[in-house]
Amino acid sequence: MSTRLYLYPVAIRVWHMVNALMFLLLIVTGLSLQYSSKDLEIVGFNLAITLHNIGGITLTASYLIFIIGGIVSGNMKHYKIKYKGFWNRLYKQGRFYIYGIFKHEDTPFPTSENMKFNPLQQFSYVLALFIGLPIVILTGWAYLFPEIVILKIFNLSGLLVNDLVHITIGFILSIFMFIHIYLCTIGPSVKNTFKSMITGWHE
Amino acid sequence: MERKLLKMFKIAIRGLVPLFMLFVIFSASAQKEERIKENKKFNERCFACHKSSTYTYFNPEMDKKVRDKMCPDRVIYPDEYYQSNHYSFKCTDCHSEEYDSFPHPVYLRMEEKYACIDCHGYDEDYAQYQFEQIEEEFLGSIHSTKHSEDFNCWMCHDAHTYRIAARSVELIKEIIEYDNLICLSCHANIEKYNLIMEGTNANILTTHGWLPNQALHFKNVRCIECHTAVNNDILVAHLVQPKKDAVHNCVECHSANSHLMASLYKFRTIETRSNVGFMNGVILNESFVIGANRNVFLNKMSMGIFILSIMAILMHFILRLITKK
Ligand code: HEC
Ligand code: HEC
Ligand code: HEC
Ligand code: HEC
Ligand code: HEC
Ligand code: HEC
Ligand code: HEC
Ligand code: HEM
Repeated sequence: MSTRLYLYPVAIRVWHMVNALMFLLLIVTGLSLQYSSKDLEIVGFNLAITLHNIGGITLTASYLIFIIGGIVSGNMKHYKIKYKGFWNRLYKQGRFYIYGIFKHEDTPFPTSENMKFNPLQQFSYVLALFIGLPIVILTGWAYLFPEIVILKIFNLSGLLVNDLVHITIGFILSIFMFIHIYLCTIGPSVKNTFKSMITGWHE
Repeated sequence: MERKLLKMFKIAIRGLVPLFMLFVIFSASAQKEERIKENKKFNERCFACHKSSTYTYFNPEMDKKVRDKMCPDRVIYPDEYYQSNHYSFKCTDCHSEEYDSFPHPVYLRMEEKYACIDCHGYDEDYAQYQFEQIEEEFLGSIHSTKHSEDFNCWMCHDAHTYRIAARSVELIKEIIEYDNLICLSCHANIEKYNLIMEGTNANILTTHGWLPNQALHFKNVRCIECHTAVNNDILVAHLVQPKKDAVHNCVECHSANSHLMASLYKFRTIETRSNVGFMNGVILNESFVIGANRNVFLNKMSMGIFILSIMAILMHFILRLITKK
């Protein structure tokens, strides 16, 4: 495959960089808050709160820009799942990752101008970007303005329920991130996909 | 025959003793009821003037009834009074009998007031409150050491409205509000503050500007959580420390071994109505504190999932290396 495709325009690369950095910051500070202790502080509690707030606000802003920009520029089309035969394609891609790849089979859905993502990528990105992230963002903002949170949900503190949702989805997104980064090492060479996220060119 | 009689006698005594005790308790409480009723009736004489912003009295000089203003600080609301700890008292249990005349004799102004310890000190009935220790703590507090006798227990425990909250009120938030209003009665009210000291009091909102979500904090923790040293023997710590010793460190509360468990939630902790699976679960019944309320189960599960995913990734990678893809 020697065709070069310009898949990631500057805007997407910048968004992605901001998104990834904020995500890492939020994970580190979030863990530090959850496991705060008098004996060991990864990041001081007060600093962690401030950084976590800044990270969350920046992430929200970049997320909104991504959505609006995506709609305007047409980048959103890559996230539109075509339902017909979807599970079948998902299975094919999954099979490739856990079996075909070791047999040196070819990617069932090679990257193209029209199809930037393979079905599994598309599926996981949609889940992460349009379900996971909004939930984490909303529950995060609820924390910023705790007075808007419903006080009691089934006799539990509303803030507690809010927190459980926030950390659970946040955790799932972190797992997504690890797998996502790992899957990016699959390509012509390990570095290849990362390079394209920096230069914009997919080869 | 004799033994049978003795046995019957014993049985009779065994039955009678509790019956007698019951009678004593009953009559004692009936007596108390009676006393409260009488006291209430007597108090009406004082409330006739002291329960509202105006009062009337007969002026013999002018030979007519006169209506006059009652200074707000002299007004006592019967509702609050009868909900207070000392609801069963008549006014003259603490004040001179001579107040029963009007105008009140001038020299009564100099009347010496009782201290809590005068009635409660070394009394079995109140042992659970540890008045002696509280007094000792109070005497070491910044309020007492800086202001000697001007600052006494009545400054915080209003003579006519004080009621216990920490060990009797269900909702933690109500306890917090009640206790904080005590401190704010001076620290947000210059008139009362000036009773102790001239000048202006520092604005609580600005001096605590470093605390994020300040309004939320003040609704969910008491001033004394940060300003007193925890004492395991008494429920409500009274040793208010100089400001430099106040809790400044977030992790004191926002951590697994939260300070709140030894102060605000102490009574609940003793009662243990915990929420299973959560650290410091008692807090959860009404509140939620980041860092202090972790779900042990969720934490373990997420650790497991995390390790599994990393292992899966590693295995995939190793297989890729082996198959050279
Ligand atoms: C006819 C109205 C009237 C009645 C009845 C009355 N008071 Fe007063 N009381 C006043 C007024 C007016 C003041 C404020 C002026 C003063 O200090 O004399 C006052 C002041 C007081 C003070 C504060 C004195 C000080 O110098 O701080 C006390 C204590 C007091 N009353 C107790 C009582 C008690 C106890 C009773 C009932 C046994 C009672 N009063 C009945 C009108 C009354
Ligand atoms: C448990 C004891 C106690 C009882 C009962 C009590 N008082 Fe007092 N009262 C005090 C003390 C102590 C003060 C002085 C408060 C202070 O120094 O802040 C006081 C002060 C007052 C004052 C002066 C205004 C003030 O608040 O400082 C008035 C008026 C008064 N009492 C009226 C009454 C009346 C009327 C009753 C009955 C309904 C009553 N008191 C019952 C202990 C008591
Ligand atoms: C004149 C004596 C007297 C003084 C002064 C006094 N008390 Fe009391 N206190 C009593 C009596 C008697 C009771 C019991 C009232 C009842 O239940 O009928 C009581 C009840 C209480 C209770 C509730 C106890 C219970 O188990 O219900 C508390 C708490 C209390 N007082 C605290 C104080 C504090 C704090 C002060 C000082 C600011 C104080 N008292 C001053 C006599 C006094
Ligand atoms: C700076 C304010 C302040 C002063 C001064 C003060 N207290 Fe308190 N005290 C409090 C607060 C706040 C509470 C909590 C009330 C509650 O929630 O029940 C309390 C509670 C108590 C209780 C009930 C504790 C329990 O176990 O339920 C007693 C008894 C008591 N105080 C006695 C005293 C005595 C005696 C003095 C004087 C030596 C004194 N206090 C002085 C603020 C004060
Ligand atoms: C989270 C802990 C915390 C809580 C809750 C808290 N404080 Fe403080 N407070 C502090 C600390 C820390 C300082 C010292 C601030 C400094 O020196 O900059 C302080 C300072 C003060 C001062 C001295 C201000 C000055 O500069 O002279 C007063 C008075 C005070 N607090 C009263 C209160 C009152 C009243 C409440 C309850 C409404 C309260 N605090 C609640 C931690 C707390
Ligand atoms: C009767 C009025 C009054 C009440 C009630 C009161 N305070 Fe104070 N407090 C003062 C005064 C006056 C000072 C100033 C002392 C000084 O600087 O000399 C002060 C000082 C302080 C300080 C600062 C000490 C320092 O190092 O400068 C703290 C902290 C404090 N109070 C906490 C509390 C708390 C907590 C409560 C409630 C449990 C409370 N106060 C209730 C009058 C009051
Ligand atoms: C005295 C104990 C205490 C101290 C000290 C304390 N907190 Fe809190 N914090 C609480 C409690 C209690 C809550 C409220 C929980 C609730 O809403 O039910 C809270 C809530 C919060 C929240 C809001 C979280 C939410 O639920 O939305 C933030 C943010 C926070 N604290 C940060 C801090 C920071 C930063 C510091 C240090 C500067 C700090 N806290 C110091 C007890 C404390
Ligand atoms: C949780 C945070 C992250 C999310 C939500 C996320 C999401 C995405 C999305 C949606 C794309 C496709 C972009 C597009 O063309 O529209 C993408 C691509 C990419 N991401 Fe991320 N990413 C995250 C974190 C990271 C991190 C931390 C890295 C690496 C350090 C990374 C590396 C890449 C690379 C190399 C690509 C391009 C390859 C591809 O098309 O799959 N990502 N990411």
